[in-house]
Amino acid sequence: MASSMQDVAIVGVAESDIGVVPDKSKFQLSAEASRLALEDAGLSIKDVDGIFTNIITEGGQFSSMMMAEYMGITPRYTDSTSIGGSSFVVYVEHAAMAIAAGMCEVALICHGSTNISDRGGKGGPVSQATDVFGPTQFEEPYGISTVGAYALAAQRHMHEYGTTSEQLAEIAVATRKWACLNPKARMQDPITIDDVMNSRVIASPLHLLDCCLVTDAGGAVVLTSLERARDLKKAPVQLLGSGEAHTHRMISQMPDLTQTAAAISGKLAFERAGLTHGDIDVAEIYDSFTITVLLTLESLGFCGKGEGGAFVSNQRTAPGGDFPMNTQGGALSYTHPGMFGIFTVIEAVRQIRGECGPRQVPDARVALCNGTGGTLSSTGTIILGRD
Amino acid sequence: MTSSTLPPLPPLPRPYQDTAAYWEAAREHRFIIQKCNNCGEYQFYPRGVCSHCLSSDLAWQDASGRGEVYSFSINYRAPHPGFADKTPFVLALVTLAEGPRMMTNIVDCDPDTVQIGMAVTVTFDDVTEEITLPKFRPAYTKVR
Ligand SMILES: [Zn+2]
Repeated sequence: MASSMQDVAIVGVAESDIGVVPDKSKFQLSAEASRLALEDAGLSIKDVDGIFTNIITEGGQFSSMMMAEYMGITPRYTDSTSIGGSSFVVYVEHAAMAIAAGMCEVALICHGSTNISDRGGKGGPVSQATDVFGPTQFEEPYGISTVGAYALAAQRHMHEYGTTSEQLAEIAVATRKWACLNPKARMQDPITIDDVMNSRVIASPLHLLDCCLVTDAGGAVVLTSLERARDLKKAPVQLLGSGEAHTHRMISQMPDLTQTAAAISGKLAFERAGLTHGDIDVAEIYDSFTITVLLTLESLGFCGKGEGGAFVSNQRTAPGGDFPMNTQGGALSYTHPGMFGIFTVIEAVRQIRGECGPRQVPDARVALCNGTGGTLSSTGTIILGRD
Repeated sequence: MTSSTLPPLPPLPRPYQDTAAYWEAAREHRFIIQKCNNCGEYQFYPRGVCSHCLSSDLAWQDASGRGEVYSFSINYRAPHPGFADKTPFVLALVTLAEGPRMMTNIVDCDPDTVQIGMAVTVTFDDVTEEITLPKFRPAYTKVR
């Protein structure tokens, strides 16, 4: 049995069919990703005794019960923490605590979504609400949207620090270059800063190409004790440190539009890992929008507050740059089924294992993942390394 | 115009215990805000307790209706069918003179003239007979 969270490892990762998958339900995508992740680990579904998911159910509740029932398992540890796309990064921390405390032995984190097929294959708004109960009635009547909320943060960051649309575009362009090295990525054509700048404005100052994709996809991650992991199929990827936090639910309540909860969760993860920024070989930062990445890099402390624009300039995060980031092509160019967090973990594990072929970061030993959920509301940060 | 040709409404608030007084005042074109009798802080949005000290001893006050734009975004895509005839519209966060921030729309001006730091004042949009939304307009423009 693991005695501390650092005695826990990720032993299996997988994505399901991704992209536009109209013939499979989100539950099937989640379950198929789970099967593949367990195969990757050399384990079976019968080994799983802890489940972590917030797959969106009708009525919005009972996610972990739904998925456990769907896959025919009876977990003794269950977690449906629902704080948006960061949930899956936070689940790594929760699963490690559960395994370290002996509450479960094999933890399965899974997600599935038919976000594009549910909209008939097209992106765009889905809200049809007619009346709004609860505190969101102070936002929705004014036309809040996810992109609108993130645009407010982008506008404020530009105002305070002189950040430019070209600097945000640097992120989209670099991420696309990584996608071009990943055959599974939805977007395969290179783009330029001009392409981003000339794409239509959705919510100023954010352009279409500042925004993540809308796709179908499933993903899964399997964890167990480091001790057991050493007997499994692949080299264990150790959890070195983690943190989680949230600062608000609604963007109108965000204490500072230019700083996310990653300032808290990142600090905790670095402290618990006993590492510093220079130790990170590859970063997987949830890129719901280009501005999300910029705020996260600053909040995590990779650069000073207001310095994010300069930090990402000159294609620093692209293949061959000195800060490899979002190496599978990110939510901007690889896949984005509504919540992306699990894919940051999957890619970080593959990078540390050295499985990434043409997009492999040479000798990647330590990776950082950061998920952001809600409207810049919640974050989970984990640092992973070789056993 | 018959009802079948009216554009759909945006999603509207359903007042509840915490918020009924606020929406009732808005309907009368009064903009009110909660102040805590225990710690003296203002808060927005309305709640059943103070978000600074958790006291239930809250009082409603007439707010000044003045504020400044903390951030904004010109939205070109309707997030809901009820906004299809309203694009582009200005989504904004306004810092009220009393301190708290709220989400709103900046109206009665060219969207391209909105700036962070701009002084704004409350105006009332009677969306239906029951629901009036407090919105904000540039402080220099005359009341309609
Ligand atoms: Zn108080």
